[in-house]
Amino acid sequence: MTSIHPDQLNAQRLAGVARGPTPPPVNDPSTGDGTLIDTPGVRPPLILNQRGFGEITDIVCGYTENKPPRWWLPAFLSAFGLAQLGGVMILYLVITGIGTWGLNNRVDWAWDITNFVFWIGIGHAGTLISAILCLLKQKWRTSINRSAEAMTIFAVICAATFPGIHIGRQWMAWMLAPVPTANAIWPNFKSPLLWDVFAVSTYGTVSLLFWYMGMIPDFATLRDRADRRLRRSPDDGPTVAPFLPVRSDKIRAYVYGFLAMGWRFSSRHWHRYEAAYLVLAGISTPLVLSVHSIVSFDFATSIVPGWHTTIFPPYFVAGAIFGGFAMVLLLLIPARQLYPNMKDLVTLRHIENMAKIILVTGMMVGFAYSMEFFIAWYGANFNERYAFQNRMFGPYWWAYWTMISCNVISPQVFWNKKMRTNVVVVFIVSVLVTIGMWFERFVIIVTSLHRAFLPGQYGMFEPSLVDIGIFAGSFGVFLTLFLLFLRFLPAFPMAEIKAVLPQASPHGLAGHGAGDDSQHAGTAHGTTKGGH
Amino acid sequence: MASAATAKLYVTEAGDPLHGILAEFPGPGELYHAAEAVRDAGYTKWDTFTPFPIHGMEEAMGVAPTVLPRIIAVVGLTGAGLGFLMQYWMQGVDYPLVTQGKPYFSWQAFIPITFECGILLSAFTAIGGMLAMNGLPRHHHPLLKKERFLSSSDDRFFIAIESADPRFDPHATRALLERAGATSIELVEE
Repeated sequence: MTSIHPDQLNAQRLAGVARGPTPPPVNDPSTGDGTLIDTPGVRPPLILNQRGFGEITDIVCGYTENKPPRWWLPAFLSAFGLAQLGGVMILYLVITGIGTWGLNNRVDWAWDITNFVFWIGIGHAGTLISAILCLLKQKWRTSINRSAEAMTIFAVICAATFPGIHIGRQWMAWMLAPVPTANAIWPNFKSPLLWDVFAVSTYGTVSLLFWYMGMIPDFATLRDRADRRLRRSPDDGPTVAPFLPVRSDKIRAYVYGFLAMGWRFSSRHWHRYEAAYLVLAGISTPLVLSVHSIVSFDFATSIVPGWHTTIFPPYFVAGAIFGGFAMVLLLLIPARQLYPNMKDLVTLRHIENMAKIILVTGMMVGFAYSMEFFIAWYGANFNERYAFQNRMFGPYWWAYWTMISCNVISPQVFWNKKMRTNVVVVFIVSVLVTIGMWFERFVIIVTSLHRAFLPGQYGMFEPSLVDIGIFAGSFGVFLTLFLLFLRFLPAFPMAEIKAVLPQASPHGLAGHGAGDDSQHAGTAHGTTKGGH
Repeated sequence: MASAATAKLYVTEAGDPLHGILAEFPGPGELYHAAEAVRDAGYTKWDTFTPFPIHGMEEAMGVAPTVLPRIIAVVGLTGAGLGFLMQYWMQGVDYPLVTQGKPYFSWQAFIPITFECGILLSAFTAIGGMLAMNGLPRHHHPLLKKERFLSSSDDRFFIAIESADPRFDPHATRALLERAGATSIELVEE
């Protein structure tokens, strides 16, 4: 078998020397950037422009090694400022008390819990991409899984803030954990609220571990590149800042070197790494389903009309994935426009696939909305029927209809292929879905509480400036962390992307040559006998 | 180990003890077949280094399936069991609380946290076990001193055979790697 060094691959292909997968006719407008091929038997490329291994390394490492684009610093400062606003508001809340929110005795859960459920739901798309699509062998996930996992962790950080500050005496938050205290009482393990504490903290921890493990080889790549530059020119190179004469590569070599834990790309290591990765994907899948199910138990196990329904767990999980994919698109569509060569990694097919998932999960959510109404009518319970009538036509009718138009109606444009491959349309729908999913939680929480069983319990909720400030601040925290991630961490899993390139197969470029396959069958057979 | 004791000690011309031989190969295909050749020659202390996990490399190298998933299963189930026992003891034994009209020991309500505890310990075992079995973290290694080797994290493919291998012989091992199609071969000092 003759195969060529990947570095020469591009040149040889362009010269028509090397055999390879037939490049798609890019000038055919129906294939978009060349990835929107629906012909059975033709595999659309996962990465555009036939990038070699070295090019992938250069592109991805370049995002952290080169100077950031000009928009980065203003964007970072704005996001950071917004985060500061949230921080100041939280400080004010802690000093003054929960009364600074618009909560009252009737509506005692409102924006805080809405924001909690909103953010925790957003995280779920990241785990779906990194775990469930991994188990389903969806190779296209490799380009987006790192940023989606990052989004998960940042969303969980935002989510965990809200119940943490909602408890009233925030300095007593440690009492949520089962630690021995002087009064000898343990937390109530029969309460869904405590299940939530365990579910969310486990989810955050496991997501962080999964994310970190995925980054170990890429940290090693960044370490080795910095190390090589240091060896080649030990005395001369860019420094951190004019007033700080420390070489940036030295810092990179130490920090990335520390994080890489001495990874050296050994196949024996890869073997266990892949096993651990698969197990993590396998346990993250039921975990992510459990987290939003348990979040929904907070409501479903109560007897409040509008909350007390068995459809909540699947309905919440579908809604979480729906809203999460919208957020992935909100982050990746601008990123791929603004960063050089990112369109080669995040192709139109990625956008289209995510739009399809939004359409499917949007329909699931729409089905759940209608089923809730059907059961309220069919169940013939006066309070339940009233709660749902009140959602549609009560004082919060505008919130309900915003939710329906954004979540059920707007994704319907994705039935059309032209719409789901048009990044502007996809971006607008993602904005609408994000708004709609926030309103879904608002509708569930506030409209159910504001008219409970007796007219004496009727009331209204209006957000205060502190409510609004903390919610805006959570977006600031989220964007600040995401911008830092794009700047300093490997934003794409280089090793995983290289592994799905056609030339990564040890049996010929495309892995489909008839001669190569028969040769492989022979060697594999011999191996099983001779190995181990 | 007997094999390690019988292995000879080699020294480079400069007088440094030898770690092994490092050979570079042009691509995944060549590396795959070279690995088969090294495996069939009976070497045990050797490894291949690739920028990404190559499909089927375990077979080409004759690496046995890892026991890591079984360890994770055992620890995960232990975690779930401990989580359940914790709830049973705190809620049913140490300080029984009357809440929600349920019995003190109502196991159904303990399932979610039992599940989460199992997942949490499995995840820590997966990543911790992977690192421990790989001998990581280890912030130094003879191979990492070789500048050429550093490109294994970019786009190059290597085989390293340690001098501690009982079959290691400077000339025969080198010849084997040359026959297997290595494009560059160098010695690695300890």
